[in-house]
Amino acid sequence: MNARAAFDELVTWASGTLQGEEVLLASLVGESTDFVRFNHGDVRQAGSIQQQDISVELIDGRRHCSASMPFTGDAASDRSRLGAALRSLREQLRLVPEDPYLNYNTEVTNGQKVTPGELPDTTEVVGEVRSASTGHDLVGILASGDTYRGFANSLGQRNWSSASTFNLDWSMYLQADKAAKNGYAGFEWDSSTFQSKIDWSLQQVDALRRPARTISPGGYRTFLAPAAIEEFMTLLGYSAFGLRAHRTRQTPLLQMVAGDAQLHPRVSLSEATSQGVGPDFQSQGFLRPDAVDLIDRGQYVGHLISPRSAQEYGVATNGASSSEMPESLSLSTGSLPSGEVLEQLGTGLYVGNLWYLNYSDAAACRTTGMTRFATFWVEDGEISAPVNVMRFDDTAFNLLGDRLIDLTDTAEVVLDPMSYHARSTGSFRLPGALVEEMTFTL
Amino acid sequence: MAVINELSLEERLQRALPADVTYASVRLWDERGESLAVERNVLRPLSTNFDVGVMFSVWNDGGLGYGATNDLSDAGLASAVASARRWAAATAGIGVVAEPPFGHPVGSYESPVTTPILADDLSDRIDLLMAQSQRMAGDDRLVDWSASLGHRHVDTLLLTSGGGRVEQQFRFIYPGLRATANEGTNTQSRTFGRNAYCGQGGLELLDNYGFGDAAERIAREAVELLDAPNCPTGTMDVLLAPDQMILQIHESIGHPLELDRILGDERNYAGTSFVTPDMFGSFQYGSEKLNVTFDPTVPGQLASYGFDDDGTPAEKQHLIRDGVLVRPLGGSTSAQRAGMDGVATSRACSWNRPPIDRMANLNIEAGESSFDELVGSIERGVYLQTNNSWSIDDSRNKFQFSCEYGTLIEDGELTTTVRNPSYRGVSQSFWRSLDGVGDASTFTVMGTPNCGKGELNQMVGTGHASPPCLFRDVEVFGADA
Repeated sequence: MNARAAFDELVTWASGTLQGEEVLLASLVGESTDFVRFNHGDVRQAGSIQQQDISVELIDGRRHCSASMPFTGDAASDRSRLGAALRSLREQLRLVPEDPYLNYNTEVTNGQKVTPGELPDTTEVVGEVRSASTGHDLVGILASGDTYRGFANSLGQRNWSSASTFNLDWSMYLQADKAAKNGYAGFEWDSSTFQSKIDWSLQQVDALRRPARTISPGGYRTFLAPAAIEEFMTLLGYSAFGLRAHRTRQTPLLQMVAGDAQLHPRVSLSEATSQGVGPDFQSQGFLRPDAVDLIDRGQYVGHLISPRSAQEYGVATNGASSSEMPESLSLSTGSLPSGEVLEQLGTGLYVGNLWYLNYSDAAACRTTGMTRFATFWVEDGEISAPVNVMRFDDTAFNLLGDRLIDLTDTAEVVLDPMSYHARSTGSFRLPGALVEEMTFTL
Repeated sequence: MAVINELSLEERLQRALPADVTYASVRLWDERGESLAVERNVLRPLSTNFDVGVMFSVWNDGGLGYGATNDLSDAGLASAVASARRWAAATAGIGVVAEPPFGHPVGSYESPVTTPILADDLSDRIDLLMAQSQRMAGDDRLVDWSASLGHRHVDTLLLTSGGGRVEQQFRFIYPGLRATANEGTNTQSRTFGRNAYCGQGGLELLDNYGFGDAAERIAREAVELLDAPNCPTGTMDVLLAPDQMILQIHESIGHPLELDRILGDERNYAGTSFVTPDMFGSFQYGSEKLNVTFDPTVPGQLASYGFDDDGTPAEKQHLIRDGVLVRPLGGSTSAQRAGMDGVATSRACSWNRPPIDRMANLNIEAGESSFDELVGSIERGVYLQTNNSWSIDDSRNKFQFSCEYGTLIEDGELTTTVRNPSYRGVSQSFWRSLDGVGDASTFTVMGTPNCGKGELNQMVGTGHASPPCLFRDVEVFGADA
């Protein structure tokens, strides 16, 4: 029996054991993934991981508790484990107070979102990677396999999301900290596409062979590649867009909310679930709309609203997770032709990646971080020299506001390669940004 | 130890271990935990977790592979072993390492616990947090506050194909407090050491950490910061409190000394290091007042253990002695690759991630100055408490750190509270400006519960202990800079 059917059957069984007015919510997170780690083009670690966990929430009136546990697909052992967990949760329900902010979906809304893939044998990909990196210094990680998420409740709702994806994330090193970082992710491996991406890495490495330039602290005209914008968006995603962060005055966009600041009219941001590979439902059973507008032409217009925040602040949820973080963030494109980035930059910095962003002053959305990987000094539209790493310290209101010149006319789709606890199903759709001045400090 | 005590499981793991390979091991991880938090006097949903699974590792014919699963049926174990065998065969001759550097250790470890956390009823723990939350409430400018208490019970069992058996039982406690105040677009937060008061033990740790007395102070200081002036900008002395020192140690000593970073494994994600192998034994990392130890033997510290996850016995070692760099943070695999002496620091965050080089307890040894003597030696400076923000380059050199709470030091006296204090520096030279180290009375044992690293990504807890430390002539700035 496959995981979906086994999960469905288990929740159906557990629903039959409920007492009185109890309600059960259940979520499944599973994956079957091959992971291969490379260093200097050789294999550092390689293996396969099969993991499935379920989280269940037992609700009785306005009291509720949750528990998570392994899910094997074997009906006998799963029923035994879940049955014991429900007995324990029932004991806990006697001890917890009523929760004024409890909120779960009571309207049955079934659905599925299946993204099929044609994944190659992982060992064949390893061979291609080693072949392509012969004579070069490649380091990185390959993940390939199936990820799936499920929701089911005792009211009869069933939701399923699955995707078969690969994600090869690598850096090609010249020496020390001089490297080009690239990735190839998708649903169907194509050797010629992979080779073209390797070729692009090697072109960047060639550019890094020129004598490095150290720039002085100060302001520079700068182009931020999509990967660099991704670092910004990741930082903002932690706390900028959730309703809870807004109502408790902890969002770094507080000055926007207060009307003291705004972003450039070209900047529109949305949580575009329909464009991502993540689930279109969340763990209280609410569905996510195709898109939630967060910033529209520079103005703050919407929040990610979890069911709990919705209940607390008296608004409708839009299917956000409890963290109220985006999972499929999309930034609007502009009019800067992607093929003319260097020409339009003229003289300044081409920043391929940023690294380790954090806030210098969160209330002012002032951020700091480092350049990393392929960052170049450009003169008159031509790459002149790689640039030694520099620290920047600047606000989003500058970089995506007053000082933004334009966004590129195409966006890159990035499948998040992160794998904390489990493979991420997050993604970004981001253009690059040309900025009149970015402040570097160290 | 609900799972490991099922003798049949250990027998089945033993039976599943391949005997016809160079070396094989299986690592069982059995974790149970609870997360409790009261937020603005409302209990957040109580959650408990149970996680159990195994990772088989197989070394054969110069190849290394692993297979991990949380299906502990015979079929599940056989499938994981088959994966490990398949990957060992597929990587033969193309791996970074070819031979296992491990032996077949036998031993055990248990966290020191005086009063188990589950000795209290769940309702007692809820009452404790509710009382803490209520102590923080009161000022209208407080917009958010919370009290939390988590615990994890982790039991591990390592079996090797040569008869090795290491059993370890960890009991972790994670108390937390947070208060946030706001006025206009000025938002300030204070925390209970930013989650750094955590360790191994039972309820006694809450008293050791002063958890019960901290709530009112934290709320009061969050409000106080709203009216405090911004930290001044300029070059001045900084006195770092232990709850900022742990971040300073972690980012600019711990990570740069990780041998897998030096060997390049982490260059695509966590980064590399400005430290190179030739620097060990001669490089003056800091002033002669700097003594840094890797010490997984400190009772109750977050990352204490008897063996690392490859089974290497843990013992205290100096990494920096009198300011001179002497030894890297590398487990047995990295040490073999580098041809250097390492430490027992190969760690995994769970059953589904392979061990890599991690910090364990990385501590600064106590010096000779009292807190008052440290303050008294500063003509113009700032005392910085509790990390708030951190950023450092991928070589672990250029850093910028911010703190929650600053206090100016003028003519040897603590004077004015300042908000948004930050400082910048370069690891390679920063530690040479160390000019004062607190004595044993100021030594504080703490930890960082969430250190991310590795591909696959892993989150582990690391322990750090330190007295307050004085650094001369540091670039300091506030939010106006």
